[in-house]
Amino acid sequence: MKVLIRNGRVVDPASRHDALADVAIAGDRIVAIGAVGSLGDFTPERDIDARGLVVAPGLVDLAARLREPGHEHEGMLESELGAAAAGGVTSLVCPPDTDPVLDEPGLVEMLKFRARKLSRCRLFPLGALTRGLQGQTLTEMAELSEAGCIGFSQAEVPISDTLVLMRALQYAATFGYTVWLRPQDPWLGQGVAAQGAVATRLGLTGVPAVAETVALHTVFDLVRATGARVHLCRLSSAAGVALLRAAKAEGLPVTGDVSINSLHLTDVDIGYFNADMRLNPPLRQGADREALRQGLADGTLDALVSDHNPVADDMKTLPFGEAEPGATGLELLLSLALRWGQDMGLPLGQTLSRVSSGPVQVLGTAMASLAHSAGQLKVGGVADLCLFDPEASWSVTPHALTSQGKHTPFAFASTGMQMLGRVQMTWVAGTVAYECPLRTA
Amino acid sequence: MLSRRNPQLNNHGELIHLLSIEGLPRAILTQILDTAGTFLSVNDREVKKVPLLRGKSVFNLFFENSTRTRTTFEIAAKRLSADVINLDINRSSTAKGESLLDTIANLSAMHADMFIVRHAQSGAPYLISQHVAPHVRVINAGDGRHAHPTQGLLDMYTIRHFKKDFTQLSVAVVGDIVHSRVARSDIHALTILGVPDIRAVGPKTLVPADLAQMGVRVCHQMNEGIRDADVIIMLRLQNERMSGAMLPSAAEFFKSYGLSLEKLALAKPDAIVMHPGPINRGVEIESSVADGSHSVILPQVTFGIAVRMAVMSTIAGNSAGNTASHSSGSTA
Repeated sequence: MKVLIRNGRVVDPASRHDALADVAIAGDRIVAIGAVGSLGDFTPERDIDARGLVVAPGLVDLAARLREPGHEHEGMLESELGAAAAGGVTSLVCPPDTDPVLDEPGLVEMLKFRARKLSRCRLFPLGALTRGLQGQTLTEMAELSEAGCIGFSQAEVPISDTLVLMRALQYAATFGYTVWLRPQDPWLGQGVAAQGAVATRLGLTGVPAVAETVALHTVFDLVRATGARVHLCRLSSAAGVALLRAAKAEGLPVTGDVSINSLHLTDVDIGYFNADMRLNPPLRQGADREALRQGLADGTLDALVSDHNPVADDMKTLPFGEAEPGATGLELLLSLALRWGQDMGLPLGQTLSRVSSGPVQVLGTAMASLAHSAGQLKVGGVADLCLFDPEASWSVTPHALTSQGKHTPFAFASTGMQMLGRVQMTWVAGTVAYECPLRTA
Repeated sequence: MLSRRNPQLNNHGELIHLLSIEGLPRAILTQILDTAGTFLSVNDREVKKVPLLRGKSVFNLFFENSTRTRTTFEIAAKRLSADVINLDINRSSTAKGESLLDTIANLSAMHADMFIVRHAQSGAPYLISQHVAPHVRVINAGDGRHAHPTQGLLDMYTIRHFKKDFTQLSVAVVGDIVHSRVARSDIHALTILGVPDIRAVGPKTLVPADLAQMGVRVCHQMNEGIRDADVIIMLRLQNERMSGAMLPSAAEFFKSYGLSLEKLALAKPDAIVMHPGPINRGVEIESSVADGSHSVILPQVTFGIAVRMAVMSTIAGNSAGNTASHSSGSTA
């Protein structure tokens, strides 16, 4: 289909282009970007007036659980990829901790095939680094990579045997695969809230920040020893950000991300044991949140992620320590990026880069041909786009979310927070993946 | 913001559940202590009953084993003329599949008016209070490491009985504070009642530095911690913590932090020694101290019944009021 999007504010985070323009789409590609009114030769089948809206690349989310296979009562490909599209997300990376674990090529192929049929959002699975995530035997990484895995991860299960971790990094480095690790020491990480005054007062077992930094020191030393490329998932502490900054300055092949939860909330938000605040990593203190916000702005952290993890009601209506960690987030990623950018006084292009071109750089060649056009707007590039109203202010009503997971710490009833910016349309490969029912344009 | 309202209070600021001492106004604490004083005489009468809770069903819902606390709640409820139902729900039955809220829903269907809850998880009574009918009251009888508010109140009653004025006191809380719900409730209550000098005493593994933010002075040396104290509250050391990564042995703990007559001599001459029980003789406290003239451990138990009667009658007498914002902020 040929589509013309007219009069929009076209923002390309990669080139920092930011101007009113028209965008022409034909098939799955962007075929022209030109000054308003300059694409008169193009005869579209659909003509969209995007006055007052921003035209941006579709968002790329490096951490979203779809809960399929194994946890279909909490989320399914259809509902969760629908939530991605409603959030303007056109590419997402899912961790391997499904049931069964993504350690077999057949499972990965099936997942990719089913996602492709839904054509809502591109799916980039992470394969398990060890069989069953048990931290003992390496998976068939080459086979899994061929099946479509873009890297290898232990999800939430840290490897306690450092010999296995080193071997895994060596083996992955042999083939140039990126290893995705959430830095958390398996012993120090046993707890349900961040160590600090709030956890002490509420009598909740605390995870100290050293649980993160001890693991980071280990990972960085093993990166030095093996040359493996490592992506660090969801840093949570000021000390962790400082270590990543130093490692990057040293030239280590490492990247990192932070979740929307850690970027906006602190342990004080736990309030009276609100289980929606039960998250991994746990919410830390104000100084940590400030360091994460600064680290994302200065590029120490490459990407902002939704850390989407739909959790069933039954698993949240439990005492805080027994509740399942996680929150729905795909539909809030854009708004919470914009809120952060506004708070930090950043240009829109720079804000959007953390949810588009930044994450694409993390994925690098693992995205194959998409590495050169996803997360950006360019002529000849793939037509993955998102159209949003940058001024829209709204509050989160969990039951109105598309995701099957209705638990979010950003529910208005919990935090009283206002969301900024709302997605109006999402295209994946030139096809409409989402269109806001209330769209007036 | 809606869920930030203290869930123990109704719109008039009256107590409708007792979940934690934290955040309660001094007037409510004082009122409960005063009411407890009037119930003490009931306990000395030949007919030890008043009709304040007649016709009400009180469910003792203990997800963790307890004999002493459950018994004192049972006695307190019976002296208020309530019908008492005791349920010992060990972890295996919940492991068989019934969730905490399913259990509560079932018992609510039996027309419970009040739940006395003990649970291993910090915050469990909050969850329960958010899911019961508006007329049902919840009392926390100990949740994880978080709170044991009736113990905190009976400790305050004991201190007031022997020391009269809170505003001149030095109070030392000694032992395994990190795992102690009693310590947390005592610290909140002492702070609210105006005690100017509260010390938390123990090794770094059991007394985290974060405690200072609750308004206490953290002391890792016993001598410094109990010097010139008016009140010494010794905490029970759980068996499973007596050796391992927290402490090397019970004997070494006693040597450093156990209360002996020799150490007690550092405190004020008229100091009182308290303990929530059950005591480990020779681990946190020497027998000669536990049974000695400074010990008020047995009066604590007696006062405990009157204090629990005061709590039950107070919350049963306050109406839920308009709880609309409360329930909407907490629905799952």
